[in-house]
Amino acid sequence: MSKKTTSKDKPSAKNAEASLNSGATAPINAKLSKKEKIEIYRKLVRIRRFEERTLRSYQQGKIAGFLHLYIGQEAIAVGTTSLMGPDDHVITAYRDHGHALGVGMSMNECMAELQGKYTGCSKGKGGSMHFFAPDKNYWGGHGIVGGQTPLGAGLAFALKHEGKKGCCMCFMGDGAVNQGAVHESLNIAGLWGLPVIYIIENNQYSMGTSLARSSASTLLAKRAEGYDIAWEQVNGHSLYDVRAKTWEAMERAHNECLPTVIEMATYRHRGHSVSDNEKYRDKAEIEEYKRTSDPVILFQNTLLEEKTLTEELIKTINTEAREEAENAVQFADQSPFPPEEELQRDVYWEEDNPEHKTSQGKIFFND
Amino acid sequence: MPLITYRQAINDALAEELTRDEKVIVMGEEVAEYDGAYKVTEGLLKKFGPKRIIDTPISEAGFIGLGIGASMLGIRPVMELMFWSFSYVAFDQIVNNAANVRFMSGGLINCPIVIRGPANGGTGVGATHSHTPENILATTPGLKVICPSTAYDVKGLMKSAIRDNDPVYVMENTLLYGEQGEVPEEEYTIPLGKADIKREGSDVSIIAHGRCVQTALLAAELLETEDGIDAEVLDLRSIRPLDEEAILETVRKTNRVVLVEENKPFCGTDAQIAYMIQDKAFDHLDAPIKRVSSIDAPQVYSIPLEKIQIPDAERIRKAVLEICPRSV
Ligand SMILES: Cc1ncc(C[n+]2csc(CCOP(=O)(O)OP(=O)(O)O)c2C)c(N)n1
Ligand SMILES: [Mg+2]
Repeated sequence: MSKKTTSKDKPSAKNAEASLNSGATAPINAKLSKKEKIEIYRKLVRIRRFEERTLRSYQQGKIAGFLHLYIGQEAIAVGTTSLMGPDDHVITAYRDHGHALGVGMSMNECMAELQGKYTGCSKGKGGSMHFFAPDKNYWGGHGIVGGQTPLGAGLAFALKHEGKKGCCMCFMGDGAVNQGAVHESLNIAGLWGLPVIYIIENNQYSMGTSLARSSASTLLAKRAEGYDIAWEQVNGHSLYDVRAKTWEAMERAHNECLPTVIEMATYRHRGHSVSDNEKYRDKAEIEEYKRTSDPVILFQNTLLEEKTLTEELIKTINTEAREEAENAVQFADQSPFPPEEELQRDVYWEEDNPEHKTSQGKIFFND
Repeated sequence: MPLITYRQAINDALAEELTRDEKVIVMGEEVAEYDGAYKVTEGLLKKFGPKRIIDTPISEAGFIGLGIGASMLGIRPVMELMFWSFSYVAFDQIVNNAANVRFMSGGLINCPIVIRGPANGGTGVGATHSHTPENILATTPGLKVICPSTAYDVKGLMKSAIRDNDPVYVMENTLLYGEQGEVPEEEYTIPLGKADIKREGSDVSIIAHGRCVQTALLAAELLETEDGIDAEVLDLRSIRPLDEEAILETVRKTNRVVLVEENKPFCGTDAQIAYMIQDKAFDHLDAPIKRVSSIDAPQVYSIPLEKIQIPDAERIRKAVLEICPRSV
């Protein structure tokens, strides 16, 4: 469709750089201990090494279907999940490996899930797009664009209903904001005052479509104004900035029971999924982001400057993460596939809990 | 006849219809600049330009509904769904608006829209991406649904679908896109509602649609070589309209029927067909009608299990052997 011209520049890597680390002095960051910072860095590295390893496994044919890598966006999942208290929850879309490791899922269960193994987080039934760990307040992993956003409002509703001082962080992409369900959710969240934080991970592309070709207004968070919801734009390459702004939203949710929309500028270094020829963007653009805005390197440099990290420690953490990912592949390789009977398990609660069964009649229909 | 892929056959059908009728447009996510998520629309933007080959935001309810609205004013939109699974976010438009507007207006309005895209499992994309909603859509009066299984069929049927004045929903299959078939260079169309015998046989009729036709053909070969059973394979091609006469004819010929579909069994397309056969050809049946469908559960991700979940040749063969005496 021929598009009206807009004068707004596309957010560039340079713009992102300019505002880098303005959140470093925020109290929520200032109070981080050296040890906590190292653990945050370790998580960034673990996600990166894990995903690099999954890519190899995919190329080796161990992983089926889609593999949407989070490489380049790690500061968002790590920064936000590092703030979670016992009643804070997370739900996201299909680019979900970073959030999964962020909330503390193990590489083993994630790798096994990718390989469709019984030891996977969802017993091999969900796959890359559908990771879950409710024991870690992690509600997925959702394959349908925007489909998780009403669920995010619902998790927040339940928290409020039960009088819990918590929130739900609901992640989505820059393309997802154009799903109807997102707007319905925002309105309800604004109308009812739900403690939900909608985090738009704006990596500038939805598959092969740039932001300017998919959204009438490219200031995505501003849509919150239509629903009387507070909004923010954040440099999502910066771990400290992500934490600082997310914490403000969390306090708003915890103390005032109000929603926030935060748009985080980020960039995915890899294709949309593994099979993506990436004709829609320049190699130079990707290289520029890798050079100036890699969230792992940026935080690493910050911590080096702070003298929190040493070159040696960086090396150790990276080696350990690589080994952990390698071991996860071994774990997955050695795990069995789910047995055939698993096909019709986990479909109905009642069938899986026959001692509590009250319904009668036939429920499965193959014969 | 030249051999071309199923994907190319759709592409050719679209290009020919775009050339023939300037009211035809193509719209969907990634159909233009990206050449289609599955490259079905490759090259169309270059050939027909951005006025007619249109990328949309990820707003299925919005753009599908828009296509329905535009069709009411005489545009002939061919809408791509990246997967039919995504039709569920546009359900109101697809089943409520498209199906009802003609009836509710007392015939004043019609809705010549085509919605097409893949609807299949078998590739490990999991429960949210593997729906086969031909039965769900065919339950709605006002809609037409087709499930072509070969390059030849998809081309001829797609052209008819685009020329049709009613909403026609075309279910393709990502596992068929790369399959080759003979397609003539001269123009042809295949009417909706015409089934096709893909293999003649006399002992049993295997009736299928979509990729299950290919699976049924494999089963028929196995039955011939392993069991000495001569199976006929009838490809429905179109679910609604449905070629009842072709179904009844093959039943009268073989007196035994196995119905195969990738859908889940409850109220699947084949349930309707089984009802119709017992109603209209009861006296011609020498055995109960058998069905082979996907195992009744959400689509599983794990590949070895998904292989078990969707019908394969061995499962079809087993169903045939339950109702057919072996002759070797
Ligand atoms: C309703 C729906 N439509 C289309 C798709 C196919 N699809 C999957 S991801 C995607 C792009 C989403 O982009 P964005 O929201 O920016 O997230 P990102 O991939 O950049 O993380 C599309 C079109 C889908 N999964 N669900
Ligand atoms: Mg995006």
